[in-house]
Amino acid sequence: MSTVTHTSGRTRPDTEPPSGPPAGRRTRGAGNGLGGRFFNGFSHLFLAVWAIMVVYPLLWVVMSALKTDSEVIRKPLSLIPEALQWDNFARAWTAGIDSFFLNTLLVLVFSVSLTMLLGSMAAYALARYEFRGNRLIYWMFLSGLTLPIYLAAVPLFKGVYNTGVSLPLLGPNKHLMLILVYVAWSLSFTIFFMHSFFRTLPDSIAEAAQVDGASHTRTFFSVMLPMAKPGLISIGIFNVLGQWNQWYLPTLLMQSVAGEPKHQVIAQGLIELSVNQGYKSDWSGLFAGVTMAMLPVLIVYVVFQRQVQSGLTAGVSK
Amino acid sequence: MRHGVARFVTGFLALPVALYLFYVVWPFAQAAGYSLTDWGGYSDSQNFVGLDNYVRLFSDELIRKAFWHNVFFLVTVPLFTIALALFLAFLLNVGGREDRAGIRGVFGSGIYKVIFFFPQVLSLVVIAVMWQQIYRTDGQGLINGLLIKIGLVDADNPIAFTADPEPFLGVPAVLWWLLLIAVWSGAGFYMVLFSAAMQSIPKDIYEAAILDGAGRFHTFFRVTLPLLRDSISVAWVYLGFIALDMYALVFVMTPSQGGPNHASEIFASVIQFNAFQKGQFGYACAIAVALAIFTILLAALQLRITRRERIEF
Repeated sequence: MSTVTHTSGRTRPDTEPPSGPPAGRRTRGAGNGLGGRFFNGFSHLFLAVWAIMVVYPLLWVVMSALKTDSEVIRKPLSLIPEALQWDNFARAWTAGIDSFFLNTLLVLVFSVSLTMLLGSMAAYALARYEFRGNRLIYWMFLSGLTLPIYLAAVPLFKGVYNTGVSLPLLGPNKHLMLILVYVAWSLSFTIFFMHSFFRTLPDSIAEAAQVDGASHTRTFFSVMLPMAKPGLISIGIFNVLGQWNQWYLPTLLMQSVAGEPKHQVIAQGLIELSVNQGYKSDWSGLFAGVTMAMLPVLIVYVVFQRQVQSGLTAGVSK
Repeated sequence: MRHGVARFVTGFLALPVALYLFYVVWPFAQAAGYSLTDWGGYSDSQNFVGLDNYVRLFSDELIRKAFWHNVFFLVTVPLFTIALALFLAFLLNVGGREDRAGIRGVFGSGIYKVIFFFPQVLSLVVIAVMWQQIYRTDGQGLINGLLIKIGLVDADNPIAFTADPEPFLGVPAVLWWLLLIAVWSGAGFYMVLFSAAMQSIPKDIYEAAILDGAGRFHTFFRVTLPLLRDSISVAWVYLGFIALDMYALVFVMTPSQGGPNHASEIFASVIQFNAFQKGQFGYACAIAVALAIFTILLAALQLRITRRERIEF
């Protein structure tokens, strides 16, 4: 655009210098003119409709969580509660959500950090060292991406159950077991992602570190891992969301075997509340539970939206 | 130095490989083994039955249903999600003024992107429980409530949503309602993906197109869309995996997890049904192996179709 006006200005420098640039802009504007404005209006209309379709249900859940039960039934559609019923949250919180949160946090703190540590260690060894069996191990990890989890369900439960007989901490319904299972099942994608990341790092820096006398392990932890930070952030966000949202593995494995209370995580707990209709007569409580599961993630997302968006899309397009 | 390398590699790989072998590979291998037996799951007795379970697969009415339902999702989930995501990305980016050649978002595109991405960070479970309330079959549900209020739906005869096995266009209505949720939750993510891809297209390509007299529709269909090919095929593969795994929605939202009357069975729910309700673990494993083979063939096929030279810029 700027080059166009520039040349036209230079060919006729004296005759009509001031009208050159505006004329150019006017022709371009006419191309977009009425049709363009109509199109922009249509764009905004459609985008706004979709935005409402996304936000309205979420808002409706949050607002219903603040209504009384009778109001949920009487005026289900209204977005403005007659009086804010904060005690719905207190009730849902003590009815189980508190322990769901606690269990989820307890598991996730360890499972995510362990996934990242073991995943990047394995990816690094596989990406930068040649040894016999390298390809085999890499493909073994990769094949986990295509196999459906349901295939492994029955033997996995049986394996965990049998382990629990001799090692109680690794049996069903144990946090440590769930942490290890999450790590194992997250390794495939983490290694796949970090492998391609470590490949792109230049050799010269690692070599320089080794010339300076750093061991392989030290080169990894103090040189290569810091350089892989952008990749670690992406895959970290991916794993946090993925494990926070995981429901199948906990539903399968966090079953009470000996009649002790279940250590449910949040997604599993919500499913059970809703499927078993434990809240059958307590709709506002169910809404409050869903709100509490949803708001922390949404708030974290809005605060870090740029990182989350680029992290997750990078995870897919690698 | 060399034996140092061996020790280092072993040290770094031992734990991840051990965990992976124990919790992922070993169960898969066992499942393949069980699929050749008539193991019921609760007793210790199991007999080797060869390929009987696999033969039985082909005459199982439920499997045939589940297969076609999976195929339905495999076609519709990527198709509708990508179409909507592209359309939104198009409006968001190309709808903006073009007077400076190149792609610039419409006013407020940043906010739209934040909002459209919301469902992606929500757990599938939260989404399912939320939609369960939206889809309620009485006036308390969001959709039925609205439609009854404006008089489009009779209060005594509301929409049954996921409890509706009646076919619509040859496919049980319940599947269409599940599809709507999948598209609702996926479109925003792929819109952001496509938007990013659109914005990485260099501006001089657009300058050239505009100089050649291409309008914004022409530019989109002749320039932008072909250059997005890579992102679209990646999206197709990922959505294919999601379509094969609609189980969370079926599990939470349909009556008796695959109902009503088996109208929404998919592979995963049939496996679950056979393993835990009918107590036929061996057979359930055979179904799962069949699903795994199906998935791998599909992935290979998709990679084959979508492979093409990359355009670098």
